[in-house]
Amino acid sequence: MLKIKNLKATINEKLILKGLDLDIKPGEVHAIMGPNGSGKSTLANVLSGKNGYELEGEISFKGMDLNDLKIEERAQKGIFLAFQYPLEIPGVNTNNFLRTSLNSVRKARGEKELDTLSFLKLIKEKAKELNIDEKFLSRQLNVGFSGGEKKKNEILQMKLLEPKLSILDETDSGLDIDALRIVADGVNSYKNKENAFLIITHYQRLLDYIKPDFIHVLSAGKIIKTGNADLGEQLEKTGYANLS
Amino acid sequence: MKNQDLNINKEYKYGFTTDIESIRAPKGLNEDTIKFISNIKKEPKWMLEWRLKAFNRLQSLKEPNWQKPKYPKINYQDLYYYSAPKSASEKPKSLDEIDPKILETYKKLGIPLVEQQRLNGIAVDAVFDSVSVATTFKDELTKKGIIFCSISEAIQKHPDLVKKYLGSVIPLSDHYFATLNSAVFTDGSFVYIPPNTRCPMELSTYFRINASETGQFERTLIIADKGSYVSYLEGCTAPMRDENQLHAANVELIALDDAEIKYSTVQNWYPGDKNGVGGIFNFVTKRGACRGKNSKISWTQVETGSAITWKYPSCILQGDNSVGEFYSIAITNNYQKADTGTKMIHLGKNTKSKIISKGISAGNADNTYRGLVDINKKATNSRNYTQCDSLLMGNKCGAHTVPYIKNKNSTSTIEHEATTTKINEEQLYYCNQRGLDQEEAVSLIVNGFCKEVLQQLPMEFAVEAQKLVAISLEGSVG
Ligand SMILES: Nc1ncnc2c1ncn2[C@@H]1O[C@H](COP(=O)(O)OP(=O)(O)OP(=O)(O)O)[C@@H](O)[C@H]1O
Ligand SMILES: [Mg+2]
Repeated sequence: MLKIKNLKATINEKLILKGLDLDIKPGEVHAIMGPNGSGKSTLANVLSGKNGYELEGEISFKGMDLNDLKIEERAQKGIFLAFQYPLEIPGVNTNNFLRTSLNSVRKARGEKELDTLSFLKLIKEKAKELNIDEKFLSRQLNVGFSGGEKKKNEILQMKLLEPKLSILDETDSGLDIDALRIVADGVNSYKNKENAFLIITHYQRLLDYIKPDFIHVLSAGKIIKTGNADLGEQLEKTGYANLS
Repeated sequence: MKNQDLNINKEYKYGFTTDIESIRAPKGLNEDTIKFISNIKKEPKWMLEWRLKAFNRLQSLKEPNWQKPKYPKINYQDLYYYSAPKSASEKPKSLDEIDPKILETYKKLGIPLVEQQRLNGIAVDAVFDSVSVATTFKDELTKKGIIFCSISEAIQKHPDLVKKYLGSVIPLSDHYFATLNSAVFTDGSFVYIPPNTRCPMELSTYFRINASETGQFERTLIIADKGSYVSYLEGCTAPMRDENQLHAANVELIALDDAEIKYSTVQNWYPGDKNGVGGIFNFVTKRGACRGKNSKISWTQVETGSAITWKYPSCILQGDNSVGEFYSIAITNNYQKADTGTKMIHLGKNTKSKIISKGISAGNADNTYRGLVDINKKATNSRNYTQCDSLLMGNKCGAHTVPYIKNKNSTSTIEHEATTTKINEEQLYYCNQRGLDQEEAVSLIVNGFCKEVLQQLPMEFAVEAQKLVAISLEGSVG
């Protein structure tokens, strides 16, 4: 589904990703761990198409060269990024935002746009699964949401848009114990043979709930180690310093 | 040729011209021009005298220069003050008699005048250059005793009402542009709602400047008699021309006891091109008097067009318990400049006013909110709430807030809130990541920002206005 070959990314003349390879197949869950500043969010941003990076190397998604696609086209084709720091947009009603978003994705997929009523029915269902109070949906997008509420809202959007590749950038940071479980359940219930996950995290506890097929360690812009689910526990004990 | 070239600029879709034969007054501002206008409109003597008096006052007035946007000197002797389609020199008696070219123009603008296509439940008065060419739904309104016609017709048929109220809110010698209008106004709408009558439909005037080198000076007078209600809206467009054209309108509203007037404007005059060439100078005086107790006047404006806009729709709250409201969206892009706001003059007891202003600037544009809240000695327990929000797109535009407050009453309450925000790349990126393209994203954010004002517009127009907001800002980000 996603193939990255020798990816290098530079921003403001600073080389951040220094030759990275990654291969994600449908149905797989990949976790990326690594020290602060190692380039995890940069990788997520680059995959989503964020502007401002100078890129080298190859990225293909479902056989398409990602470099040819704009941010919204990637989103419409099934790349979803749950932001490490979700943005607040004052004045924009959450429901309205979600509906506009869903309909542009549906339109691109050649599906019928949802009218207000069908949308509300759908969103209420999804919100309930994540234990999100309906009241949040009529508030301004992320404005005044607590850190954890914002993260849950990201997962709600993921479930609504039904992406092929979901990139979760530290979605677990800031979640309380119950919320962590709810979010993990949300991810697990959406996992199937066709879609894949790239989960960026600092903590093993999320990976206790969502079992990854692979764990990669990103350090100074390179993947320095790849292992199976056990690698996480090992890292928890030894830290990143003794790796190489 | 020039006009054709300009038409390539696709963003302003109303920029076409209608090729039509017109009757014009000779160029220049003088007594003869005024006599020409009055004569061609077959006005009674008192009207001509009124105009000449205004012209006389004009000689001692100077153009104001306290506003933020400065503009090139206008040569008043080099303008036409009257231009009318030849076919309309005798006002058409029915819609069938209107020049098909004019009908076509309004159709292109989305304002069908032909009876079977008319907007559902909205009566329209269409003003083309200097004359009103059509008023729809007249019969239905007449049954209720409602008068909705061009001001020229009202001067002929309802002289008592016109004499009593014209100039009663904007006096003859108010300021330069208002006085200029009083001298040379050509047409506009007149509305009278009889006591205890709720006007059963939206009344609307659509202004179109077509001719070149022509100023448009329309005059609107709306009177809501005791216990009545009316909602009125105006729209405006003009062709793209590389000259600046002057539009100096006067609008007077009068609400008697327990009456309510809701006045909405969607102003989309040609704004000039990307480099600031051409566009309308929109220097407008709008003022409402809440003359009776418990009366209410509410102004809503969506200002997206014009090269330069100065307007301060105001409320004089004379009656006890009267209410004044001002809801405004002013959008400036490229080299547009807007200096707009309101005056709320509290004279009566327990009077209330509310001001919600949303200014949006993009490109190299400049946007100023200028407002006055003036609370008089006798206006006990009066209240004002003001909220001014500015949204900036990019680094080259400007936003300014100039709120004046004069309070001579210790029992009154005045609240003021102001914010300035910038649409940032991160917000747009977030929206893009959720599948919205750049335009959808800007439109969503901007419409969210203006929501409180858009909600005030009648339904059909809110949708239009929302689209207009998005179009005016097209290409301003990224
Ligand atoms: N616009 C920028 N200009 C310069 N340097 C940048 C820019 N954006 C990111 N960086 C730098 O790139 C490096 C990688 O940042 P990134 O956000 O990808 O790290 P991360 O692995 O996600 O860290 P964390 O675990 O703290 O979230 C950091 O050193 C950061 O300071
Ligand atoms: Mg990060």
